[in-house]
Amino acid sequence: MRAVRAASILFLATMAAACLFAPRLAPASYADQFRDTPDAACSRQHPLGTDDLGRDRFSRVLYGTRVSLILAPAAALLATLLAGVIGGVAGFVGGWLESLVMAAADLVLAMPWLFLLITVRALLPLNVPPLASVSITFALLGFLGWAGAARVLCADARTLSNSEMVLLARASGSGGARLLWRHVLPNLNPALRAQFWISIPVFILAEANLGILGLGVAEPLPSWGSLLKELEGYSALNSQPAQFVPLILLVLTIGAFQLALERGELWA
Amino acid sequence: MHRLLHHAARLALVLVLGGFLGATLVRLAPGYGVDEEDLDARLSAESHAALRASAIENQNLGAFYVEYWRNLVRGDLGTSIALHEPIRQLLAERVPETAKSMAAGLALAWTLGLGLSLASIVAPFRIVHWASWAFASVILSVPAAMLAILFVLARAPARLAVGLIVFPKVYQFTRNLLARSASLPHVLSARARGAGELRLVFRHILPVPAPQILALFGVSVSMALAACIPVEVLCDLPGIGQLAWKAALSRDLQLLVNLTMIVTLITLIANTGMDLVAGAIRKGNA
Repeated sequence: MRAVRAASILFLATMAAACLFAPRLAPASYADQFRDTPDAACSRQHPLGTDDLGRDRFSRVLYGTRVSLILAPAAALLATLLAGVIGGVAGFVGGWLESLVMAAADLVLAMPWLFLLITVRALLPLNVPPLASVSITFALLGFLGWAGAARVLCADARTLSNSEMVLLARASGSGGARLLWRHVLPNLNPALRAQFWISIPVFILAEANLGILGLGVAEPLPSWGSLLKELEGYSALNSQPAQFVPLILLVLTIGAFQLALERGELWA
Repeated sequence: MHRLLHHAARLALVLVLGGFLGATLVRLAPGYGVDEEDLDARLSAESHAALRASAIENQNLGAFYVEYWRNLVRGDLGTSIALHEPIRQLLAERVPETAKSMAAGLALAWTLGLGLSLASIVAPFRIVHWASWAFASVILSVPAAMLAILFVLARAPARLAVGLIVFPKVYQFTRNLLARSASLPHVLSARARGAGELRLVFRHILPVPAPQILALFGVSVSMALAACIPVEVLCDLPGIGQLAWKAALSRDLQLLVNLTMIVTLITLIANTGMDLVAGAIRKGNA
């Protein structure tokens, strides 16, 4: 089990390194167009061929991986922090605040995730510069992803606020804010960390879904979603198998996350 | 009875708030109130003025929502500005399509998910568990929209894509629940006394997590509904998933509010219904 887990982590680390060094590894910029060679097959100059606009696919895959792998953790961090603050405070304070927060979480969770995501994304500006579209897409994932985690963290904070440790601190004269800051929130750390790691593959997949539906990162900036959109026009006659490389990388990355986060049930 | 009333009140509140949330989002969206026809040079100045006047009618969100509910009570869902058709008619045409996709998808997801879970619990070889886990993990790693594209490329029945999208979640949850149940002392004792595999599964393993499995069925309805959006958009199936997509892209306030409420209603009814049944089973077991 350890070997498989180590291999998964190694794979994720390699992917992270590839994104980090994308400008050095890529033979061209993601936006450069080789107008003489659109839809070119794999060659020494273009290891994965070119797309219909003549852009080097290998470079686009490297930069696309960078966008997806850097921003999904950023969105996960935002969602986890929001969930920690909202759920943590609600669980600690309890009463009407907890009921209100849980009702809001119920409202968000009552709508299917993809429906909510597509609806809200489509309502935000679509015709924006690439960098703005990246920020909008991943901020949206972060802002909409808090509800599920907040429920878990609220329950944890409620349990903690009734624990002997907190009762003792309260009896020693610690006030509400100090109790929350020094005793409750630090003890939510393991749950926060778990929620963070669980959210990353979810957000990578969510971005890919949005990208395929044309609501993700705007052209010419690539992401796994926009690279997969290329497959919509795939035909066995005039397309290249290299078009499937982003899909294979995505599946391997999500699979590596699953194996790295596996708690042992698989091997039991 | 009290529980039923509590559920009904909660359902109504979430429904009203969900609809209002949808209306607020659309009203605040950039580009709201802009009609494509406004750019049509063939229209006269009077026609342009009439178009702008109709857009201004919906400017006040509170007034829009109150008017919406007044009409809803009378059975009038309004008219879609994007598709120029009564919303009631649009829904009547498209709900059956989505219902068929969801039914086919749920049937496939549950047959495959629960079947593989049971097989991996009962089968004496670990390879069955690993193979089913690997299959579910690969499917889970593919974005729902990508699965829809792969179904189009393979010319496979698109409705089954909904089932494949939902299947890994069903498999993972049921597999964990059944594995836990299979290791309970009464199951081990029945196995030691020589109970057959079928008897073990249906008399001892399945009844314990039945309430949770039913609750999962409620959640899977919502998952299937969400899966219908990319499948219907990319496979060109005229259902409410595709309608929601078109409504969102064209900022169709009336249509989107109705769809948000329908989606929320289906999700809540499925979850509440399964919660109530699961509660009754738990009471029966106790």
